[in-house]
Amino acid sequence: MDKARLLEFLRQMLLIRRFEEKSAEMYARGKIGGFLHLYIGQEATGVGVIAALRPEDHIVTTYREHGHALARGLEPGAIMAELFGKATGVSHGKGGSMHLFDASKNFWGGYAIVAGGMPIAVGLALAAQYRGEARIVLNIFGDGAVNEGEFHEALNLASVWKLPVLFLCENNLYAMGTAIARVSAVPEVYRRAAAYDIPAQRVDGQDVEAVYEAAQAAVEQVRSGRGPYLLEAVTYRFRGHSMADAVLYRTREEEEQWKARDPIELLRRRLEKDGQLTGPELAALQAEAEQVVAAAVAFAEASPPPPPEALYEDVYA
Amino acid sequence: MPVMTYREALALTLREALQEDERVFIMGEDIGAYGGTYAVTRGFLAEFGERRIRDMPIAESIIVGSAVGAAMAGLRPVVELMTINFSLLAMDQIVNHAAKVRYMSGGQVKVPLVIRVPSGGGNLLGAQHSQSLEGWYAHVPGLKVVAPSTPADARGLLRAALRDDNTVLFVENALLYGTKGEVPEGKYEIPLGRADIKRAGSQVTLVSYSRLVLSCLEAAQRLAGEGIEVEVIDLRSLRPLDMDTVLASVKRTRRAVVAEETWKTGGFGGEVISLIYEGAFDHLDAPVGWVAGAEVPMPYARNLEKAALPTADDVIKAVKKLF
Ligand SMILES: Cc1ncc(C[n+]2csc(CCOP(=O)(O)OP(=O)(O)O)c2C)c(N)n1
Ligand SMILES: [Mg+2]
Repeated sequence: MDKARLLEFLRQMLLIRRFEEKSAEMYARGKIGGFLHLYIGQEATGVGVIAALRPEDHIVTTYREHGHALARGLEPGAIMAELFGKATGVSHGKGGSMHLFDASKNFWGGYAIVAGGMPIAVGLALAAQYRGEARIVLNIFGDGAVNEGEFHEALNLASVWKLPVLFLCENNLYAMGTAIARVSAVPEVYRRAAAYDIPAQRVDGQDVEAVYEAAQAAVEQVRSGRGPYLLEAVTYRFRGHSMADAVLYRTREEEEQWKARDPIELLRRRLEKDGQLTGPELAALQAEAEQVVAAAVAFAEASPPPPPEALYEDVYA
Repeated sequence: MPVMTYREALALTLREALQEDERVFIMGEDIGAYGGTYAVTRGFLAEFGERRIRDMPIAESIIVGSAVGAAMAGLRPVVELMTINFSLLAMDQIVNHAAKVRYMSGGQVKVPLVIRVPSGGGNLLGAQHSQSLEGWYAHVPGLKVVAPSTPADARGLLRAALRDDNTVLFVENALLYGTKGEVPEGKYEIPLGRADIKRAGSQVTLVSYSRLVLSCLEAAQRLAGEGIEVEVIDLRSLRPLDMDTVLASVKRTRRAVVAEETWKTGGFGGEVISLIYEGAFDHLDAPVGWVAGAEVPMPYARNLEKAALPTADDVIKAVKKLF
């Protein structure tokens, strides 16, 4: 893979990591309220898959979506402002961390109902097919979604109508504190696709190159009009489910094993080994992430809250 | 004015929307090859083809949810749910998604979607097929809930719903499909959120919606024979709710009865009554009367079902209690 692309992946992953660390800090300082679900540890998945899309493709995702939004190119300042509940936020302060929307980027929302975005993604794909458009829909969900009825309803309809949906399961092994294997008859999510005659693949979600390559193949399949595809990326969230999580349900050893496969470190080592990344280059990327995130926080801080009259705006069109 | 059934009024309006606007298409269980559970879309599949008339799997959540997605992308889907009882399997998509995305996106997204739902009891269908749950949906900001009682209103309100940029739950009492009435010619449209005075009267305001309006009209007719002049208001729309019309009437008549087909507890009738007290308390000469269904799951046996549903007799009794 060419160096420029890998460096771009590294740049995005560093940005997401720094953004999330800063979000946690801002949460601790009371600047961000509610639920905050960090993407730390899972960066390679979102970055690798979203890089395989075109701008006109749609994205429908979950509440763990800051990384997806950043990878999609939503303004970091406007994302942070949304987390702060400010008028300048991507959703004008009315969505919050779990509901980032940017219609101009075809980023159709984070949804906080587990599996709730899946039917909507299928509907966006239906609209594309109805109008004969070439675009596809990326639908991201967690391993917790796969035992919901909406998962099955969505896969079935997408398959029977050959809709252009790339279903991406970010299998981080846990739904809150519940290990997928404890509650799933078939914990290998990709195997479930066979029930709906959907091609599927499992990929190492810590390896951004592998993710990108798998996503490219999947996207090509979906765009060709042959119907949906299910990609399962096995990954791990390094932090708790949300900021309130005491992480009582997994061992520190398991966490250490996974942290040894930090997606950013894996890519950095690979690039350095191949002589494609120098110390100053890495430092520059880190400095850039630091600066972008600092600017995002400054923007969020300086922004006004939504005006009182916004309370009643946009209930109806 | 041409006379047609409620069903024909709906079919006419849907057909017209399909012809006028390429973005309109219909999704639902057995709407195509079968011809529609209540035959509203009979013949549509042959006329418009599978792209526009989409037979769906029995999977209510994806029916509504995919329509929400398609609407967000700029299409104007119409969903037929087989009955309002089954809408509960889609409640997540209706309440948590359709009603929310506009607001939580800060106004970036629209969901122009009509969800047609047959509702109500009286057909010997038992407990799981006889509910009137529209009041639950009326609870939710972001949704509009419409429930016409006549063919003319069905036509006018459906046309408005199809042109609205929001999600509209369009409630059709299943016993109304065969009822007949005059329907104005042309592209007749009634703005959503306006109640209708179906009969003028000076002594009591009778407020209802959907099929029970017909019982109220019968009651008013009979009461007139006894010298009691009743004004019958058909709400037509539960959200937005036209309390202006109701309150203006109550202030004139100084008496009110609210009649609904379903349970009192936590229901819509209580909402209307509260709003009457809030807005017209000082004008009332008597407590507001309340007619509602029995607080039981709908029984099957003919006599029991009849006893569970309010009738014109119940309305008459409630009106007389006010004097
Ligand atoms: C329908 C529904 N049930 C329960 C919840 C509460 N809840 C929020 S996140 C979550 C776990 C979901 O896990 P997963 O899908 O694996 O995503 P992850 O958090 O691991 O990214 C649960 C149970 C919810 N939001 N929606
Ligand atoms: Mg998970």
